[in-house]
Amino acid sequence: MLKISGLNSFYGRAHILFDLALEANKGEVVVLLGRNGAGKSTTMKSIIGLVQPSAGSIEFEGKSIERQSPYRIARAGLGYVPEERRIFTDLTVMENLEVGRQPSRDGAPTWTPERLFDLFPNLGRMKDRPGGRMSGGEQQMLTIARTLMGNPRLILLDEPSEGLAPVIVEQMANTIRELKREGLAVLLSEQNLHFSEMVADRAYIVEKGRIRYSGSMADLMRDTEVRAAFLQV
Amino acid sequence: MLANIVIQFMNGLAGASSLFLVAAGLSIIFGVSRIVNFAHGSLYMLGIYLAYTFVEFFGRGSILGFWGAVLFGALSVGVIGAVIEIAVLRRIYRAPELFQLLATFALVLIIKDVALYIWGAEDLLGPRAPGLRGAVEILGKRFPQYDLVLIVIGPVVLGLLWLLLNRTRWGTLVRAATQDREMVGALGVNQAWLFTSVFFLGAFLAGLGGAVQLPREPAQLMLDVTTISDAFVIVVVGGMGSIGGAFVAALLIAQIKAFCIGIGDVTVFGIVFSFSKLTLVVEFIVMAIVLVVRPWGLLGKPQGSQRGASTVEPLMLPLNKGFWAITVGLLLALTALPLVGDDFLLVLFIDIAIFAVFAAALHFLMGPAGMVSFGHAAYFGLGCYGAALLFLKLKWPMELALIGSPIVAGIGALVFGWFCVRLSGVYLAMLTLAFAQIAWSVVFQWDAFTGGSNGLIGIWPSAWAKDKTIFYLLAMAICAGCVILLWRVVHAPFGYVLRAGRDSPLRVDAIGIDLRRFQWYGFALAGAVTGLAGGLYTFSKGSISPETLAIPRSVDGLVMVLLGGVQTLTGPVVGAALFTWLQDEIARNTEYWRAILGFTVLAIVLAFPAGVAGFAKIAWTRMRARPEAGGQAA
Repeated sequence: MLKISGLNSFYGRAHILFDLALEANKGEVVVLLGRNGAGKSTTMKSIIGLVQPSAGSIEFEGKSIERQSPYRIARAGLGYVPEERRIFTDLTVMENLEVGRQPSRDGAPTWTPERLFDLFPNLGRMKDRPGGRMSGGEQQMLTIARTLMGNPRLILLDEPSEGLAPVIVEQMANTIRELKREGLAVLLSEQNLHFSEMVADRAYIVEKGRIRYSGSMADLMRDTEVRAAFLQV
Repeated sequence: MLANIVIQFMNGLAGASSLFLVAAGLSIIFGVSRIVNFAHGSLYMLGIYLAYTFVEFFGRGSILGFWGAVLFGALSVGVIGAVIEIAVLRRIYRAPELFQLLATFALVLIIKDVALYIWGAEDLLGPRAPGLRGAVEILGKRFPQYDLVLIVIGPVVLGLLWLLLNRTRWGTLVRAATQDREMVGALGVNQAWLFTSVFFLGAFLAGLGGAVQLPREPAQLMLDVTTISDAFVIVVVGGMGSIGGAFVAALLIAQIKAFCIGIGDVTVFGIVFSFSKLTLVVEFIVMAIVLVVRPWGLLGKPQGSQRGASTVEPLMLPLNKGFWAITVGLLLALTALPLVGDDFLLVLFIDIAIFAVFAAALHFLMGPAGMVSFGHAAYFGLGCYGAALLFLKLKWPMELALIGSPIVAGIGALVFGWFCVRLSGVYLAMLTLAFAQIAWSVVFQWDAFTGGSNGLIGIWPSAWAKDKTIFYLLAMAICAGCVILLWRVVHAPFGYVLRAGRDSPLRVDAIGIDLRRFQWYGFALAGAVTGLAGGLYTFSKGSISPETLAIPRSVDGLVMVLLGGVQTLTGPVVGAALFTWLQDEIARNTEYWRAILGFTVLAIVLAFPAGVAGFAKIAWTRMRARPEAGGQAA
């Protein structure tokens, strides 16, 4: 479904990603693990087009998208949930959802505000609250809901568990499993191994802009050596 | 008495409508695109002209014809705005904010000459609105019927805009884009389309503001600058991006203006206060007070910077030996100019030297110190008038008057700067504009001291410097001295503090530096250096007028700095030389020098989004860079 190879990205003169390659298949939850500054967010931004890669190919459902603008990539069925959430703080919950709304598409679940409020009951209780007056956890739910309004086939979740209370992290894991059941593919970036274990089928480890490990989540959990080398602080 | 007050109040309401329309358009465009559209007053002007043409076409007499003309005029301006967005602005959204400003300056010049070409230089007064030519009687006073319509238009448009922004998907997208346009794009919204439609709406509102004024004021070519400064004041007083704020501010300022005209002269304890003279400047006084008390405007909120639009200022490296060698070589070559050039060329180069200092000082303020001034001509003018008055009134010789000019301007900059450094960004720029306008209005109206609109004449250099060659060498020496001083300051600890303060005021404060004080001194230094340029200007021309500190002069300075490139130290000098030479060269050969200058600037903006000197620097770096280091810059 999503196939990246030879990806190189820069911030100004700083070379961030080196020949990065990864894949995500239909109905699969794939996690990109790595420490702070490893290049996880840059990978996500390169896929959605917010960072223009200098080289490499990104294919989504057989079409190359690496030279397209973010709105075209989003309309192709790729949803992006940024790490910093980027809620429109002046807009209400309903209005935030409205900004994300796109026509329904074949082969992807169709979301309405009502369906999303079933998934995130908290949001349904604060439809008219401005985004700026919500807690961090509520904002995290809203940013995912907003992206789902675009009816994506694959969703990029950039560190969804970051800064959330343990009980909310648990909810987040349930949400991701629910999305998988709906038939969505998920590519998430994480530092939280425990959280990843709850949701992911496969894992990549990225370090200093290079993929250093790839395998099933279960294999990774057994491989203490790899974890010690790349993930422990 | 009561009747008078009511009528003045109604006059204020009528005047507020048009101001509100223009300001609302400016505010919406700024909100989404973060472009401060200097051409917005030009769109207003086009609104009046186009409505005039359509009225002539549809017939002056018919009601449908008149309102049809108003509507078509406004719609045409909307389309022009959309075309401008597609043809020019879309290409430079990623360029530094100041560069976008430069592009809109260029548009002002072009639109002015297009209007001159189509409609000529004479004022065109439209017909009075058919069916609304009479007056109604209010408390025994007559009040024009048409003004009653205007009073209604403002609130109606406010209501429609509110509905559009709060009750439609388009409005939701616009409000979202105002906060984070990049995220809106990542959610699948085509920003290009959104931006074009926002420009259409903003331009339409400006055009409508102009078109409805057709029966009240003649269409003329000065409307662009006067309107844009009014619109800026209203947007800033109301709070950038707040439509409701713009409405309140338009009401407030129109009321105060109407009452100043209504009150006229008042004598208190034998002293005559002329309130009508205040109308030229009262809005700027209001703005200055509001900005000092409420730095974000009446209904505004602190501006978050637009995501995805910010650029990191490149590092200014210490000047190396090669740079100094080139500078000294160039100076020596310039010293030899009188051997080959005639007096005419010397005069041109004296002008270039003067404006190089002006631009270098403005650049020091805008670039390293990060404080953009829209009213830097104030300090140029203070230097001019300081030198002239010291020479004429106190009979000081040229040498002393030249020393006095930076002191006068420096004191002015200390006073104005004390207020300005309390603000940042567009608000700071607006306050500098307000102070410049206040200074201009004092000079313009104080006939007894400054000669009023006639200015001052007969200010000539001392006998030894009368010869053009000598004066040229003097100008070059002063220019080199000032520019090198500013370069030196940028690389002194004082300059480090200013540059650090530009990049992160919070961190500078956090390490225990009183940033505001440093910025204040920086402001004063820039003002004083500019004042010296003004003094030199006075003695090179022999006479001065209030134009030395009017808005167009400030704009010239901005264009010079931006043309050269904000990010290089040599930029302002290159920009000043290029601008002065272009202006001189083109103005001698054609009536439409503004348009040619505008197109030249636009071409440069589109071709070299880092300024001329900036482009040369990048090209130089690329040439010297090893091939494998030539990675893609995001």
